[in-house]
Amino acid sequence: MKTEYKIIVDLIEEKTRVLDVGCDDGTLMESLKKNKNVDARGIEISKDKVQTCVSKGLTVIEGNAELDLKQFPNDSFDYVVLGQTLQAFVNPEIVIKELLRVGKKAIITIPNFGNWKVRLNLLVKGTMPITESLPNDWYNTPNIHMCTIKDFVKFSKIINFKIFKSLALTNKNISNINSSNLFYKNLFAELGIFLIEK
Amino acid sequence: MNIKENIKTLVIKKPLKLDCGKTINNFPLAYETYGSLNKNKDNAILVFHALTGDQFVTGINPVTKKDGWWSYAVGPNKSIDTNKYFVICANVIGGCMGSFGPSHKNPDTNKIYGTDFPVITINDMVNAQVNLLDHFEIKKLFSVVGGSMGGMQVLQFISNYPDKASTVVPIACTSSHSAQNIAFNELGRQAIASDHNWSEGKYLSNNTLPDKGLSVARMAAHITYLSKKGLQEKFGRKLQERDALKFGFDADFQIESYLRYQGSVFVDRFDANSYLYITRAMDYFDLVKQFDGNLSNAFKKTKAKFFVISFTSDWLYPTQENKDIVIALNAIGADVGFVEIKSDKGHDSFLLDVPDFLKTLKNFLDKSYSERL
Repeated sequence: MKTEYKIIVDLIEEKTRVLDVGCDDGTLMESLKKNKNVDARGIEISKDKVQTCVSKGLTVIEGNAELDLKQFPNDSFDYVVLGQTLQAFVNPEIVIKELLRVGKKAIITIPNFGNWKVRLNLLVKGTMPITESLPNDWYNTPNIHMCTIKDFVKFSKIINFKIFKSLALTNKNISNINSSNLFYKNLFAELGIFLIEK
Repeated sequence: MNIKENIKTLVIKKPLKLDCGKTINNFPLAYETYGSLNKNKDNAILVFHALTGDQFVTGINPVTKKDGWWSYAVGPNKSIDTNKYFVICANVIGGCMGSFGPSHKNPDTNKIYGTDFPVITINDMVNAQVNLLDHFEIKKLFSVVGGSMGGMQVLQFISNYPDKASTVVPIACTSSHSAQNIAFNELGRQAIASDHNWSEGKYLSNNTLPDKGLSVARMAAHITYLSKKGLQEKFGRKLQERDALKFGFDADFQIESYLRYQGSVFVDRFDANSYLYITRAMDYFDLVKQFDGNLSNAFKKTKAKFFVISFTSDWLYPTQENKDIVIALNAIGADVGFVEIKSDKGHDSFLLDVPDFLKTLKNFLDKSYSERL
């Protein structure tokens, strides 16, 4: 399993209700059910992946987070997870607000556009960066709102949500992000993982 | 033709108060079963049929000698695996395959009911069928499954009997018949009523049959079960056994010939008055209204696991109407999964060989069955 998923599983308390937004093939949901005895639900946009989830016995609805989070009442989940998809939404602000309405807490992971490889890629080649975690060309990427770890921290102040825990994933190593190391984490981390609250 | 021999019937003695206010008792409910009930009696699935279906879900229908209406989905190793599950299906009341319906004789007058038969509802249908659970001494069904009108019965069943099923699978259906749905049904009913042979519903006493009207009703309905794309691909403007247009009103086009054929075979197996009664039941179906405008309340008492399925090209019960059910369930934190299956086969997709659908239905049932407590 991806290190990212292991970290998310660690962040989530046992026997809670979790909604995985963009649950993909259900790998994270399965792990949450198995390791944390969680009541897990998923939303996934791809029909194929929904069918894969169903074959694993997972409760998943086909849908789009921007349109379909509306149907859930306030605080209906303890955690809402959004893995590496915030940058793909038309309006990330509305999505974050919806996540925090539906869930008491949210876990958001973002591919860090501030990573040195990305920066170097653009600096040296002069073309939109293509890396392991960002494999698409500019014209066919689903990522329309890329951001850096620093951007996300800034965003929390702009739209007013609390970052409870921020973690950086660098070469499969996990470390805390704080105000004194933000510059370095933003340069070296491939992924930022944030536990946030209203 | 000795049809009766092939029809299992349960006579329901317990009085059933219908929504129209009348009470019926000692009435027959025709049913069929497939597979076997296990010792714990926890492997039963009640399948509900659609408008023109019957209890003969799979295998050869002993009356029509054709494949059962859900042969693709039900049988050994199929989506609803009869090696594993005990499948029960009853002919709805108001129907014409042995259950209490308008072609039966009224014991009080000794005349065939015709339109004197009480108007029945989806609610009445499921309240009649729940008696099968007592008959087989089943406390809780593993699942209730059905498409189209069968899906409406699924929703009504779990709303009426929240503890009587562990899983609930409404397919290609709605919680409330739309104006368009009612309009199409009315077209069918008017086609029947305008056939002179219908004789205000007394055709069986008069030894006539409103074949023409019933066949037109079926033709119109059949179009609503298919998609524009599906029709275009299958028929396009292809001509029927001719090289050029004949400049007349014969069936020049294959689609005309196909519809005429569908109409003509339908009248051999279906009763015109049953068609009126069952379409009426569908039109009256409004689970939202039954719960004062809040569909969620219909499902508040159940802990069952739901799985809702719709089809991309179904314009009769489109995805949004199926999704409304999902939304109502999510609003109360119910356990609900949902998928829209990609298919060009229209509303009929659930009856046809649509591998993604069949596989998904099987996966849901089998996984839920193996994880049951």
